[in-house]
Amino acid sequence: MAIHPNLSFEQAPPWSAPMRFFLTAPWFGVVAGVLLCWAGPGALQSRWMPETLALVHLFVLGFMLQTMAGALMQFVPVAIGGNIWRPLWVANVVHPAAALGALALVFAFLTQAAAGYLIAALLLAPTGLAFALVVLVALFRTALQTPTLWSLRLALAALMITAFLGATLALGLGLGWELPYLELTDVHASWGLGGWALVLLVGVSFYVVPMFQLTPAYPAWFARVFPWAFSLVLVFATAALRAAPLVAEWVRAIALLLAAGYAMVTLRLQAQRRRRQVDATFLFFRTAMLSLLALALGGILEAMSVFADEPKVAVFLGVFAIHGVFVSAIEGMLYKIAPFMSWLHLQRLCRFGMMPPTMNQLLEESSMRRQLYAHWAALAFLAAAIFWPALAQTAGLALALECAWLGANLIQVARRYRRFRDHIRASARDR
Amino acid sequence: MTFSLLMQRHHKHCDEAFAAAEAAASKCDWTQAQEQCAFFVRALEDHFRAEEELLFPAFENATGMIAGPTQVMRMEHRQMRELVAAMRAALERKDEADFLGAAQTLLIMMQQHNLKEENILYPMLDRALAAQEASLAAQVNERLAASFCAV
Repeated sequence: MAIHPNLSFEQAPPWSAPMRFFLTAPWFGVVAGVLLCWAGPGALQSRWMPETLALVHLFVLGFMLQTMAGALMQFVPVAIGGNIWRPLWVANVVHPAAALGALALVFAFLTQAAAGYLIAALLLAPTGLAFALVVLVALFRTALQTPTLWSLRLALAALMITAFLGATLALGLGLGWELPYLELTDVHASWGLGGWALVLLVGVSFYVVPMFQLTPAYPAWFARVFPWAFSLVLVFATAALRAAPLVAEWVRAIALLLAAGYAMVTLRLQAQRRRRQVDATFLFFRTAMLSLLALALGGILEAMSVFADEPKVAVFLGVFAIHGVFVSAIEGMLYKIAPFMSWLHLQRLCRFGMMPPTMNQLLEESSMRRQLYAHWAALAFLAAAIFWPALAQTAGLALALECAWLGANLIQVARRYRRFRDHIRASARDR
Repeated sequence: MTFSLLMQRHHKHCDEAFAAAEAAASKCDWTQAQEQCAFFVRALEDHFRAEEELLFPAFENATGMIAGPTQVMRMEHRQMRELVAAMRAALERKDEADFLGAAQTLLIMMQQHNLKEENILYPMLDRALAAQEASLAAQVNERLAASFCAV
């Protein structure tokens, strides 16, 4: 820890380091939508279908991991004061490796080609581990003490566990090892969606929920206890899986209860907000929290064996976890991060009394709103298609439309950023 | 009262004033928006000036850190003042979208700035200025008190 931090947090990475992740991630969602159109109803009937696994990984690796990595590259230096080592270099390696790794894995699921699994494991595992390490080092060197800090650290530790388990599974499939695939997949998924994605979302919420809507802060005890409690519950669930599967099921239900607790605290804080302005990000966040409640309720009922092992239940939970919780929260966050960081960079370039475009001039509220409606439609069609398979193709189309729209909105931000940056440079030359 | 508590309380006050101005503008209630915005700008300026004219110089004298955190906070004040100018210009034009755009950008800038001050700088101020707390806090309080009641 620095003794005299200068508060400058000046190590904000170059604009392109996080932005490239945001610009490519939506197109993985478009590919997922097209894949769902092509695969049809089969992809939403059981979590073990090859097309389903491909769909899931297009989202968790192509969309979620990419945006989360990009967001951390911006968030950790600017909000937490942790300077990431050589951000441009890290982005140059992590971005293509994660993208190619995701595509290789999806190809492997669809064709069962051993080489696909091996390439995916070799690209994704070292990248995931190295990225987590670089960000962890930054997080241990900041002077700022915020409730977010431990959530982020634990989330990155969980990312490393997820990458290790994922690589084991992929190598096992590629090389024909005998492994307890079903159990390992469960553990991999709970660390990925729970330990990594949810704990990261929770930690970022501690920071952004009060900030965006001027709500009261999360209760201090909650912010201190949640990341540890949730991560410990996952450790127990993992340990109990082989020895006592029934206990593991119940421990997982406790994790879901904790997650529901976070959603309820967040909704309550948002109800007490002092800023009454309802913007797209706020609605995306609410969607995420309501989906999390639906997911927790469904998961707990499943743990109580209410559904008698109906395979569609797992698909329903997956849809609400990935599209309902994480895609909602991420899209809402991207609509703040991408315009704000673009404004911040432009603002620093302006030296001659010029005014850079503000966030809403970089991306209008109406563009975000319309994309939000497409997101809601996609979520509704996905949920419906699980029970009315004839809707699967429509759901695929809605998904592709939603993600393409997000991609177009982010390209708009990037174009306006570049146009104004060039304008600043030109006027600097003319002086 | 420590500087931390004093200044944190005033941050909340500025937040309230901000939210009221934004709410009025989003309803296109321009008379109300003018009034609330003026109230907010007054509170914000009082806060900045209490820091720039009283607290920061005292801190710089006590620690000898001239080019350190206080300099960065001054720079961020300048960035926020530009956004405030953009809000006021939009208010003159009765341009709701531009006002809300500048306001939203200011909100994030302001909240990030506050968190840095509350988590790092104010505790440093409390330590460095412990000896002069009573007299300096009274001056700061006087400066800030004006903005609580001036509508």
